[in-house]
Amino acid sequence: MNPAEPCRVSPEPPRVTAARDGAPIVVAIGNPNAGKSTVFNALTGLRQKVANYPGVTVERHAGTLRLAGGDAGLVDLPGTYSLAAQSPDEMVAVDVLLGRIPELGRPAVVLVVVDASNLRRNLYLASQVLELDRPVVIALNMMDLARSKGIAIDVERLAARLGVPVVPLVASREEGIDALRFALSEALEHKGREPVIVAPELQAAAQALCEDLRGAGRAVAAYEVERALIDEGGYAETRLCREHGPSTLALLRGVRTGLVAEGSVAALETRRRYHWINQVVAAVERRVPRGPTQSDRLDRVLNHPIAGSLAFLILMAAVFQSVFFWAQPLMDLIDKATRTAGGLLAERLPEGAVASLLVDGVIAGVGSVVVFLPQIAILSALIIFLEDTGYMARAAFLVDRLMRLCGLSGQSFIPMLSSFACAVPGIMATRVIPNPRDRLATILAAPFMTCSARLPVYALLISAFVPPTHYAYGLLNLQGLVLLGLYLLGIAGGVGTAWLMKRTLLRGPTPSFLMELPPYRLPRLRSVAIKLAERLKVFLTRAGTIILTVSVVVWALVYFPHPPALHAGFQTERSAAEESLAGDPLERRLVELNRQESAAFLEQSALGRLGRVIEPVFSPLGWDWKVTAAVIASFPAREVVIAVLGTIYAVGAEVKAEDAGLIQRLRGSAWPDGRKVFSVSVAVGLMLFYAFCLQCTATVAVIRRETNSWRWAGFAWVYMTGLGYLGALVSVEAGRFLT
Amino acid sequence: MTTLADLAPGRSGTIAGFRESGPVVHRLMQLGVIEGQPFAVVRTAPMGDPIEIEILGYALSLRRSEARVVLVSEVA
Ligand SMILES: Nc1nc2c(ncn2[C@@H]2O[C@H](COP(=O)(O)OP(=O)(O)OP(=O)(O)O)[C@@H](O)[C@H]2O)c(=O)[nH]1
Repeated sequence: MNPAEPCRVSPEPPRVTAARDGAPIVVAIGNPNAGKSTVFNALTGLRQKVANYPGVTVERHAGTLRLAGGDAGLVDLPGTYSLAAQSPDEMVAVDVLLGRIPELGRPAVVLVVVDASNLRRNLYLASQVLELDRPVVIALNMMDLARSKGIAIDVERLAARLGVPVVPLVASREEGIDALRFALSEALEHKGREPVIVAPELQAAAQALCEDLRGAGRAVAAYEVERALIDEGGYAETRLCREHGPSTLALLRGVRTGLVAEGSVAALETRRRYHWINQVVAAVERRVPRGPTQSDRLDRVLNHPIAGSLAFLILMAAVFQSVFFWAQPLMDLIDKATRTAGGLLAERLPEGAVASLLVDGVIAGVGSVVVFLPQIAILSALIIFLEDTGYMARAAFLVDRLMRLCGLSGQSFIPMLSSFACAVPGIMATRVIPNPRDRLATILAAPFMTCSARLPVYALLISAFVPPTHYAYGLLNLQGLVLLGLYLLGIAGGVGTAWLMKRTLLRGPTPSFLMELPPYRLPRLRSVAIKLAERLKVFLTRAGTIILTVSVVVWALVYFPHPPALHAGFQTERSAAEESLAGDPLERRLVELNRQESAAFLEQSALGRLGRVIEPVFSPLGWDWKVTAAVIASFPAREVVIAVLGTIYAVGAEVKAEDAGLIQRLRGSAWPDGRKVFSVSVAVGLMLFYAFCLQCTATVAVIRRETNSWRWAGFAWVYMTGLGYLGALVSVEAGRFLT
Repeated sequence: MTTLADLAPGRSGTIAGFRESGPVVHRLMQLGVIEGQPFAVVRTAPMGDPIEIEILGYALSLRRSEARVVLVSEVA
């Protein structure tokens, strides 16, 4: 906060503020669905970066705005209906507008995106921004929609009433963008304006209180005091009192009782604002009543209790299937390509640590990042498309009642559903959940859903340890039932977690479910593509780097110390084989020796030793060092466990889940005293462990990125790993009790 | 008095006031649910909750628990 800021709401001499690189900053704000991202993309194109505001989960999109008079920075604020703040996330808008975010400085111009087809509700936020002493430009978007609804707006008169430039737009067709650019460059030169006064008594009271505080040596902006007065019990009040002492609360209360005899200041503000808005709109808008729009007709089907539910089920099933139909072949292809690339490189490089690092560390690591891309891309594209059409809000409307059973709201449904394919796009899709506590609960619940990476692990464990018994004349198969049980377990884990979190760590008042159902629109592919590119970029840069690092670390654990004596020993055996054998038998013997050598190296490796050192931790679960080492190695990505088990049991790292050799070895695996390692209860315990445990670096990295803190990522990891351990322990103890 | 939650789809009226005050009411008011504003109940979701109303020319969905706080005078 700038202490030199005068305690007044009248215009202040222009002091165009600059970002670090010297370019002035334009801030864009608007109601959700007003088309702000579309306007932003039309203005900046692909010249944009995404970051987080410090300390909150809110994203900041920043782009470069090419204007006649030079470049400016364009910064996006999250869509909001009002500047009232009930959480730190919602306070970001006020902070940016007041210049409290150090790296942004005070905005030189505020661009308010207004939906022309919904003028009155959109003018609410606009009127709050107009009270600030910043130059403002209004982008009057969705002019086409307004026209089709029979709404005519006198743009010039609106500009005159508001005292700022108003530019009519159809952002989705890029109509009016040049005029908007021109208005913005004009505004950057502009020398102040008369702020709009909507509730004079409120502003006067805020003014007086601000001066009092200032007299007591407190540097505070009048606008912040005004917001604190309005947001009784809200975040603006809490923060003002935190920053300027608890005595401020009494001062605020005193002013409030002076302002309103009964009711709240918030109600006073809203009434005044809508009164002002009604006057403005009466002067500038004319409506010719039209029949139901296309969108209304669509809603009669898609939002109908029965037809709509059916359409919803079909749509969700289609979205889900598409992931398996389109993504799976691509994923197999990527998998094959990584192996081929690794193989080719291995042939060309001299054997040794460098080759191994490149092949098993870097290439395999990059492969394990890229292999996620098809799923994430397809799911995210579908989700973004559905969001832009306006259907997402209908889906939330239809399932809200159901989701409330686990303490969440309808908006959590799609993120949870897409987590059945992959938790990464699911967690990214939680951005549509406005309530931060609901959003966190959903993020913590999502990784429990049985994602596609768990399937090969389940397939291996089930085919190894569950007999293919049939029941009910062959209709039911025990293996299938166990798989179904694991799916249900995932759902129960997720729902239970959400329920538990909403009652403990994330407890709070029931968030409101006030949600606009925007009219259906045909999304622009360009918008979808830009949003998709951004999500993929986030995944590749944030998650990708973490996954790669962890892959290399695990590679090092597996590779070192790599004693040369061991290798020499196997070389001798190879030479012996070459002398005594030829043809096929020789080939087989060499392959066998290679596998034995890998297994021996692994046993000697840091991972093998680690497996033995921490064996006591996992021995209550009935695991020997081999299982322990395989589980540790699969923390970066759970599907890796199959390759590691393949190496440990000397059947080769290239095994598939249904490999008979691996299954044989697993079944035969025994303790030194001859007891089998995998009793039924240990095998079930291992399945429970894989069902619950968060063995996915990508998910951890995305939680970190979406919550903007390592705390929640760490919590999720510890919580899920703990639950996995507990599940395995319960299974083993139950087994012991029963036998 | 009649609340918004008591109206079946197809009915319309004007907002008369609120039974309580608090953050939810503040949000409702910001979204245009204020005294004197005409509205219509459009439909309800499958399990009877939430409901969709039309107000200020746009569609707003709210839960029954929230609608119960809103007092209305019914017109048709
Ligand atoms: N008919 C019409 N559609 C538009 C116009 N501008 C944007 N849209 C569409 O409206 C939908 C929502 O636009 P977005 O830009 O994603 O809206 P937003 O305000 O960023 O929404 P949030 O991301 O929720 O804040 C998209 O499908 C756009 O293609 C317009 O001028 N006319």
